[in-house]
Amino acid sequence: MTALTPISRTPVSFYVSVVAAAGALAGLFVGTAQGSGLLGIIVGAIAMGALAFVLTQVIKAEKAGMWGSVVLLAIIGFLLGGIPALVIGALFGWFFSWFSFWLYEGRYRRKLPPYLTPGQVLWHFAFRVICGAILVFLITPILVVMPLSFNAENFFTFTPEMLRFDPAGYSLKHYRDFFNSSDWQNALRNSVMIAPVATLLSVGFGTLAAIGLSQPHVPFRRAIMAILISPMIVPLIISAAGMYFFYSRIGLQGTYIGVVLAHAALGIPFVIITVTATLVGFDRSLTRAAANMGASPIRTFFKVQMPLILPGVISGGLFAFITSFDEVVVVLFVGSAGQKTLPWQMFIGLREQISPTILAVATLLVVISVLLLTTLELLRRRSERLRGMSPS
Amino acid sequence: MKFTKMLLASTALSAVGSVALAQEMSNDMTIVSWGGAYQNSQLKAYVEPYQEMHPEVNVVWDESSNEAVAKLRAMNEAGNITWDLVDVVASDAIRLCDEGLAMEYEPNELLAEGDDGTSAEDDFGDLIVSDCYIPQIVYSTTFGYRTDMVPEGAEAPTEICSVFDLETYPGKRALEKRPINNMEWALLCDGVAKDEVYDVLATPEGQEQALAKLGTIKDDVIWWSAGADTPQLLADGEVFMGSTYNGRLFSVIEEQDQPVGMMWDAQVFDLDGWIIPEGLDEARLNRVKDFIKFATDTQRLADQAKYISYGPARQSSAPLVPEDMKQHMPTDPANAGNTFLYNYEFWADYRDDIDAKFQAWLAQ
Repeated sequence: MTALTPISRTPVSFYVSVVAAAGALAGLFVGTAQGSGLLGIIVGAIAMGALAFVLTQVIKAEKAGMWGSVVLLAIIGFLLGGIPALVIGALFGWFFSWFSFWLYEGRYRRKLPPYLTPGQVLWHFAFRVICGAILVFLITPILVVMPLSFNAENFFTFTPEMLRFDPAGYSLKHYRDFFNSSDWQNALRNSVMIAPVATLLSVGFGTLAAIGLSQPHVPFRRAIMAILISPMIVPLIISAAGMYFFYSRIGLQGTYIGVVLAHAALGIPFVIITVTATLVGFDRSLTRAAANMGASPIRTFFKVQMPLILPGVISGGLFAFITSFDEVVVVLFVGSAGQKTLPWQMFIGLREQISPTILAVATLLVVISVLLLTTLELLRRRSERLRGMSPS
Repeated sequence: MKFTKMLLASTALSAVGSVALAQEMSNDMTIVSWGGAYQNSQLKAYVEPYQEMHPEVNVVWDESSNEAVAKLRAMNEAGNITWDLVDVVASDAIRLCDEGLAMEYEPNELLAEGDDGTSAEDDFGDLIVSDCYIPQIVYSTTFGYRTDMVPEGAEAPTEICSVFDLETYPGKRALEKRPINNMEWALLCDGVAKDEVYDVLATPEGQEQALAKLGTIKDDVIWWSAGADTPQLLADGEVFMGSTYNGRLFSVIEEQDQPVGMMWDAQVFDLDGWIIPEGLDEARLNRVKDFIKFATDTQRLADQAKYISYGPARQSSAPLVPEDMKQHMPTDPANAGNTFLYNYEFWADYRDDIDAKFQAWLAQ
């Protein structure tokens, strides 16, 4: 199909104006950072439109043009704002020269079917740009936090040293703070002691409930399901206040078991939902067949049913774990200072002293979550492949 | 023979006595404080020394002083007091005392007498503003400004009214998101004499006047609610000047080396101290009493001033404050040239009313 689509050079009015529009967008960001967004739009549009025209009509050689604009914009960047701007300028130079030639030579159509109308081509790329923008929007706040956690100062500030990439502006002291402070270590220990136990309880009760509720003969299934899922739907602060008064009366408030039970109650709905979803595809005749062969219901469950619904159980357990690990509202009510968890410690840290130690912890948590999810996903794929269940 | 017997008996008795005393004291203590540098000064000045003397005592910190009133109410309602000692500002202590959530105490009985022999009641003097309140330190709310953002040709600000002077000192200001202090400063800078501020503020016209004055800078104000906000905003250069507690500014200037200057003019003094929640059982109460006697004695309060620039609440502690810290104290004569006395009674009476007006004005 690739070879079938003929490509041809596009008119100047088309690609210069598209590059100018992209330049205006880049100019908006640069201009806003420098103080005037409007000026940035105008300068960006004119400069990048002119660059595209010169590259394709005057220089014509793609390699030379690309390197030329990388160097040119890097120098302009350096003169305007030092080393960080140099890097940004070089990236801009690379992108806009590539973008100009890509449009000019019509290469953008090469991978598309030849029968697409211009409107469909436009939508094809607009869709990708929108998806990319959403991704950037979701992930930027997390990425911004990471370099700040290596700040040498005690504030949430990109210092001039950091922007100059001066090693003196960076340090690991907030990571040391985290590992040396007894407050943070206690909080970490509490979180690590609470979350897995709460997860085990959620997974156990949630899976049993889901299996029970999937039996057609259980009366009031929908009502029971609604009650079990309610902790997920009721605003957290209401559950928390209710639990506080209830647990206080029965002596569970401020105890380790109280927090574990509260978190288990929050985690159960996630397990029920994911396990119910996998049970929909479960063939009941398998359990009948197992019974026919003389297996007890418990043996049937562990040997036949459990392996088949395992992906649902694991992802439900993962959600339950993350819920407990991230939870701050309920633990503020149900826990006492002795059960201070990591999110609690981060919360008071943010309020009382804005210290980048919080960012160091956040970075570590992000890294751990990514590793955890990747491992689980790999394990899941491996077990599916081994059992020949993989769709691919 | 008789003498030995008596001796033995009395030793046995005192042994029994001390055992009984030890049994009555709980070994766990939950202390509520503010977190940050302030809590650290408490830890260094008296909690750690106390734990050295009593290694069996386990202290848990809860950084909930900000919402102490609400949480104590909830605990009281649930019938489950988990806190042993709570650090609050004076106005909160007065409220808690009025509601019966804090324990009333007898100063000369509970607190140690001063090193110079003055009774505790005289040593703390007027600072015991409520029957439940055990003052620790005097702090002030004052302004800090970025020294490198003072406009060319202008003097560094030294007067409270430069906060309202956008022409000489353009730039953002950080003010606390509540009427207390802001209303007083606004009136002071709108030509009201210092001793008439609260009389004027008691009238609806006076409140309007204060809000109108604040309105002149409203577009340039970033409102803060946690003590850590202004230091962060100053360090970022996000604001030119901002109000916060003097100890926070001390830490920004002396410990973090930021280009920030102090503007002590019209600083507002306030108190911070302990309350003991009502309804503790015998064993916990005994431990708290034992701790508090130690933690508020002359030497301990002076020690605290080594770690943070707040003035000790005991008169007898003042001479023991280290020389190099004295210049950073809000009470130092060089800094206390023009101070403003916070009126607890006024704010106890008018707080709800003025709060509502202030919040409505903010939302406009």
